[in-house]
Amino acid sequence: MAVVDHVTTPSTRPTVNLVLSGIGLVLLVAAPFVIYPLFLVKMLCFCLFACAFNLLAHTTGLLSFGHAAFFGSAAYTAGYAAKAWGVPFEAAILIGTATGLGMGVAMGFISVRRHGLYFAMITLALAQMVYFLAFQLPFTHADDGLSGIPRGRALGFIDLNSDVMMYYATAVIFLIGYAIIYRVIHSPFGRILRAIRDNQPRAISLGYNVDTYKIAAFSLSAALSGLAGATKAIALHLATVYDVHWGMSGNVLVMAMLGGTETLFGPVVGAILVTVLDDYLAESGLPVPAVVGTTFVLCILLFRQGIVGELKKLFKL
Amino acid sequence: MVTKNRLEVKNLQAFYGDSHVLHGVDLEIAEGEIVTIIGRNGVGKTTTLRAIMGILSNRRGSIKIAGQETIAARPEQIARIGVGYVPEERGIFASLSVADNLILPPIVAEGGMTIAEIYDLFPNLEERTASAGTRLSGGEQQMLAIARVLRTGASLLLLDEPTEGLAPTIVQRIGQAIDSMKRKGRTVLLIEQNIRFAMRVADRHYVMESGRIVDMIPRAQVAAKMQELQHYLGV
Amino acid sequence: MSRDEFLGQLLVGLINGSFYALLSLGLSIIFGLLGIVNVAQGAFYMAGAFFSWMMLQWLGIGYWPALILAPLAVAAFGVVLEKTMIFRVYGPDHMPGLLLTLGLLMAIQGMFVYIFGANARPYPVPAELRGGWDLDFVFLPKYRVWTVFASVTVCFTTWFIIEKTSLGRTLRAANENPVLTRSFGINVPALITMGFALGVALAGFAGVLAAPLYTVSPLMGVDLIIIVFAVVVVGGLGSIFGAIITSLGLGVIEGFAKVFYPQGSNMVIFIVMIIVLLIKPAGLFGSEK
Repeated sequence: MAVVDHVTTPSTRPTVNLVLSGIGLVLLVAAPFVIYPLFLVKMLCFCLFACAFNLLAHTTGLLSFGHAAFFGSAAYTAGYAAKAWGVPFEAAILIGTATGLGMGVAMGFISVRRHGLYFAMITLALAQMVYFLAFQLPFTHADDGLSGIPRGRALGFIDLNSDVMMYYATAVIFLIGYAIIYRVIHSPFGRILRAIRDNQPRAISLGYNVDTYKIAAFSLSAALSGLAGATKAIALHLATVYDVHWGMSGNVLVMAMLGGTETLFGPVVGAILVTVLDDYLAESGLPVPAVVGTTFVLCILLFRQGIVGELKKLFKL
Repeated sequence: MVTKNRLEVKNLQAFYGDSHVLHGVDLEIAEGEIVTIIGRNGVGKTTTLRAIMGILSNRRGSIKIAGQETIAARPEQIARIGVGYVPEERGIFASLSVADNLILPPIVAEGGMTIAEIYDLFPNLEERTASAGTRLSGGEQQMLAIARVLRTGASLLLLDEPTEGLAPTIVQRIGQAIDSMKRKGRTVLLIEQNIRFAMRVADRHYVMESGRIVDMIPRAQVAAKMQELQHYLGV
Repeated sequence: MSRDEFLGQLLVGLINGSFYALLSLGLSIIFGLLGIVNVAQGAFYMAGAFFSWMMLQWLGIGYWPALILAPLAVAAFGVVLEKTMIFRVYGPDHMPGLLLTLGLLMAIQGMFVYIFGANARPYPVPAELRGGWDLDFVFLPKYRVWTVFASVTVCFTTWFIIEKTSLGRTLRAANENPVLTRSFGINVPALITMGFALGVALAGFAGVLAAPLYTVSPLMGVDLIIIVFAVVVVGGLGSIFGAIITSLGLGVIEGFAKVFYPQGSNMVIFIVMIIVLLIKPAGLFGSEK
């Protein structure tokens, strides 16, 4: 095995996992009473985005430099659907997710035949085109962004204008996304993907259509990124060109790697770290990209497996 | 008069990662001698040469070249003391022409062969001088690999299986090249599987087994010990 | 399109192409020698512009000395980075190097923003190059012509050094088989550091050229580097000649695209890149490594 697979290597301490999950859920429920809910919403959206990114990175070994395309496009379509068409909350979210999915299939079809550096370049280029489109299409209002996106009601009656309610809705969405990713990774589909990642020639000789599998993984990752983007747009009432900018693609890549692409929970940690740094440093006046960039450099040099990956190694979990 | 040793290796240990490959190699080569290391595949012959050249850095013990301790030296430093290395895979550069391949290694001492002398010894190279390095046949590449270290003036030459897979006429040429090295007083350490060739060119033979030198057979005793030699080679 | 417009656009395209050429040449050298995709090339470009601005503001050193001194300063900076961090990611996999230099780009740019603020600072065109030549059919601004001339000269000089001289021969050998090259007595680690220094110095030089044209700002390298990467991918990583020709060619194509569809001119390069990646992934002049 080329890669130590922390995700599916059976944990030697399942009770620890259960306890940690329990603590996580408690924190999730209690958090909005301690921390500003909208900040948590933003953080959870990025957690989901990072996990979605990592679904692709972990199962296929492909590092995409264009995931902002899915995140941002979904933000726009969900936002527009909610604002201009007045669709209910769930429908807007689904529209965003579907946008991500459709785009993922298209981009995946073009890019999965390459890997490594060339894959990165193709995804970057395709995302740049989406960015360009975002500037051109009238409904995005270019630099001004699409603002005033209404939240609506969840399940028809829960008023999401309450920040706390919006938070819980986001938390539910995050948990659904996380659960989907968990199921995929632990499924036969996930195993086949990892087999392709580790030894593609062998997988081909066994009869697997590797391109189809990779496109499927890519599309799923894109769909869930769209889910994150749609939720963000509705919760924060805003979709902007930055959501489709390659800086956003870089951001999510950094989040996933900082946390650790070999683990399921790593990207969550990475996303939390980056959003907290972003928020905290913005006030202090220190340059966020410098700090994040420096941390990332240290990550590549010293803790290649990311925070969670290194911790798992340390405690032999 | 004491003949100075050009090369003295004592208790050389070497590792590939965690794998302990050389378990204390000892050998001595006097100036002007031609010496072979023979043995089965995988016993550590190439590793020994690479350790002497400094390419294999994970090594312990003592390697003295012309009296200078080089166990901790880097390959570029060792080359500059006057060591020339011809690896088993020859290492001809595809991105350089034959002529460029020939002059790439810098002169490390006086007395190296001139280009004219080299073309005398290996006429084929003169014909192919502008071709890309890898357009040459195996034999021509081997000649080029040897020629370029002959040009540098290196006084200790390390050759790894110079005749492997080559036609008899080319093997002859290489034998002539080694003779010319002897005439110039160069010291040569070569790895050879071809016993006939080894017998013809070398003054002494070290036998290697499992990462150690287990025997040394001078030229005079080779005929008498032929059976043992063949056993060592697994023939 | 009138002849004036045509020539005007050609010049603009050549100017852009010259900058692409200088940056992509540096990228190609660094990739060829070190196997590193140097995303931070944009930061070195920006540093070159900033160093020349700083020299002018704080030391009264003008444009002409800055053309030499700023790239040297950038090279020194690059050597420090190579010897402390970058050498740790050498190896067969290109991704760690790419990611490391991405982090460096973010960090360096962030530091400059913090110290200098994000605003653009003007840099004066040197007196000798102000104005232009009013030919009958077109007006040629002196500075812009100079930019193209200087870039192309430096690019072809570099190409010559690498392809035709003994230094270049040694570099190419070190690139192909570093271990064997060392065994001949050539100090390959020093060569590699030097190669990196040369690669980033080219970016720094481009930065000095850019200062009077585009003003000096910490953000100036970032959007440029994305396009340069597309250019390098089209030309082929590691091909010196390919980098130069492709840069100039794509610059000109982009320039003409601007006439017909100004907002989308960048897109042309990306579209070409995607097509090339699908048909010939190693690039037009490259070879699959």
